[in-house]
Amino acid sequence: MSAPSVAWPAGSAERPAVLAGNAFGRLLGGVAATAQAELRKLRHDHVDVFTRSAQPLLWLFVFGTALHNTHAIAVGNVDYRAYITPGVMAQAALFIAIFFGLAVIWERDVGQLQRLLATPLPRTAIVLGKAAGSGVRALVQAALLLVVVAATGIGLRWTVLGVVGALVMLVLATGAFACMSMLIAAAVRTRERFMGIGQLVMMPLFFASSALYPLSIMPGWLHVVARINPLTYEVQGLRQMLVGVGGGGELWLDFLVVLGFLAAMVAAATRAYPRAIL
Amino acid sequence: MLVDGLVVRFGDLLAVRGISFGVAEGETFGLLGPNGAGKTTTLRVLTTLLRPDDGRALVAGYDVRRQSLEVRASIGYVPQALSADGALTARENLEFYARVTGVPRRDRGPRIADAVEAMRLEAILDRLARELSGGMLRRLEIATALLNRPRVLFLDEPTVGLDPTARRLVWERLHALRAESGTTIVVTTHLMEEAERHCDRLAIMDRGLLVEEGVPSLLRERHEVANLEEVFAAVTGHEIEEGGRIADVRAQRRVARRLG
Repeated sequence: MSAPSVAWPAGSAERPAVLAGNAFGRLLGGVAATAQAELRKLRHDHVDVFTRSAQPLLWLFVFGTALHNTHAIAVGNVDYRAYITPGVMAQAALFIAIFFGLAVIWERDVGQLQRLLATPLPRTAIVLGKAAGSGVRALVQAALLLVVVAATGIGLRWTVLGVVGALVMLVLATGAFACMSMLIAAAVRTRERFMGIGQLVMMPLFFASSALYPLSIMPGWLHVVARINPLTYEVQGLRQMLVGVGGGGELWLDFLVVLGFLAAMVAAATRAYPRAIL
Repeated sequence: MLVDGLVVRFGDLLAVRGISFGVAEGETFGLLGPNGAGKTTTLRVLTTLLRPDDGRALVAGYDVRRQSLEVRASIGYVPQALSADGALTARENLEFYARVTGVPRRDRGPRIADAVEAMRLEAILDRLARELSGGMLRRLEIATALLNRPRVLFLDEPTVGLDPTARRLVWERLHALRAESGTTIVVTTHLMEEAERHCDRLAIMDRGLLVEEGVPSLLRERHEVANLEEVFAAVTGHEIEEGGRIADVRAQRRVARRLG
C-alpha cells in the first residue's frame, strides 16, 4: 500500500495533562505503587512468607547450633548463632532478590511488563519499583526472623537504631541484588536458563562472603573475592548494627558500598532490562 | 493516527515492510492477518514498545519516536497475553494502574468507578484476578487501560481464547465505550469474521506488508467475494495459513490455556 495522501503533520506541542507534574514525583509515585502492590500480594498469600522463612531458620537453629556447640569457628566471645543471624538474614533476602528475576521473566511472558512499559511510568521507576518490592518482601521476612531470634533468646544487641539501621541496609542491598537479578533475566530470557544461572550466582556470592565465617579465616584468594563481594559489606554492616561485631571495616563504608552497588545496578538494569526482555 | 512507511527488522527478518495507513478519531480500526503477519509488531511500535527502523507514526498527534512519553500518556494498551496481576484483586489491579498511569489522586475513585461501570465489573471487584473467568479477566484488563481516559485504545487479539459469549460481551462493552467517550480503538485480530462484524475499517496484513485497506463491506464488493477470507485470498494469492514465530504461537496457546 502507498503512503497516506496527506501532508505529514508536526507532532503536537501540547503535553498530556498527566505529564504536568515533575518527573521525580512520577518516579516516586511509581515506586510507591509497585511496592504497595507487593505488600498487597504478601497480604493475600502470607503463607509464602512463612514457607520462605523455613530455610533461614534451619540455617540458624540446625547449622548455627551445631557449630555453636562444637566451637568449630572462632568468632570471639559472641554466640555463633548471633554471629550468623545477619548472614542468614542477608542470605534469605538474597534468595528473594535473585529469584525476583524469575518473577519478572514470568511477568514478561504474561504481558505485565509490556503493559507497564506502555504507561508513562519512567523506566527507572519500573526497575526501582521491582527493587522496592523485593525489599518489602525481605523486610517482612527479616522482621519475622528477628521475632523468632528474640523469642529464643539469641543474644543480639537490641537497640532501636541498630535494628532500624539493619533493616534499611537489608532493603537497600536486597534492592541492589534484585536489580542484578533483572540484568540476568534480561540476558538469559527463559525461566529454565535463569534457574541454573541464578544458583550459579547465588551460592558463590553466599559462600564467598562473611555470612557464615569471618574474613580472617579465609584463604588469601577467597579473602580477595570476599572483599569485592557486595554481600560481604551488607553482612558486615548488619553484624555491626545487630551484634556489635564488625568485620574490621567502618559502618559508613559498608553503607557506601551497598549504596554504590545499588546505584550501579539500578542504572544498568534501567538500561538493559526493559528493552532486552521484550 | 498516521503511519507512514513503517519498517521493523529483527536481525535479517523484515517483520514490517514499509506499511502506511491512517485511523480517524473515534474509529474502530482492525489490523487483520494471520499469525506472523506483523500485526503485533506494528502495535508495539505504535505503543512505543519498539522503535521502528524506518518510517514515521503519529499516535494521538504525538510522534512515536520523538514524543514517546506523550504517546504513552495518551493511550491504553491491552497486550495479547493476560496482563492483569493474578495475585491482586480486581480492585487492586485497577488502583495500581490508576497510579502508574498518572491519574491524579482525587480523580482515582471516580475514574475507577467509571471503568468498572463501563466494563460491568461491579460483582467481581474483590476477587483475586486469577480466580476470574476469561471474559471477566479481559474486561478487567480493558478497564485498567481506560483509567487514564486514553485517546487511543490498543487491543492485541482481545478475544483470543474466549468462548463466543465472553467474546460477544467484550465487543458489546467496546462498542458502548466508543459510543460514550469517542475513544479511538485499534484492534489486531486473526479472526476475519470478528473483524468484519466489529471494525469500521480495517487493514489486511500479510508477511509484513499491508495488502488491503478499507471498509469491510466495500472490500467485499471491490473484490466481488462473500467474506474477508476470500478478500485475503484475492489480494495475497494464497489462503490464510497459520504462520508466526514459535514464540507467538506458544504465547497464544498460553493465553488460551489461562482462559480455560
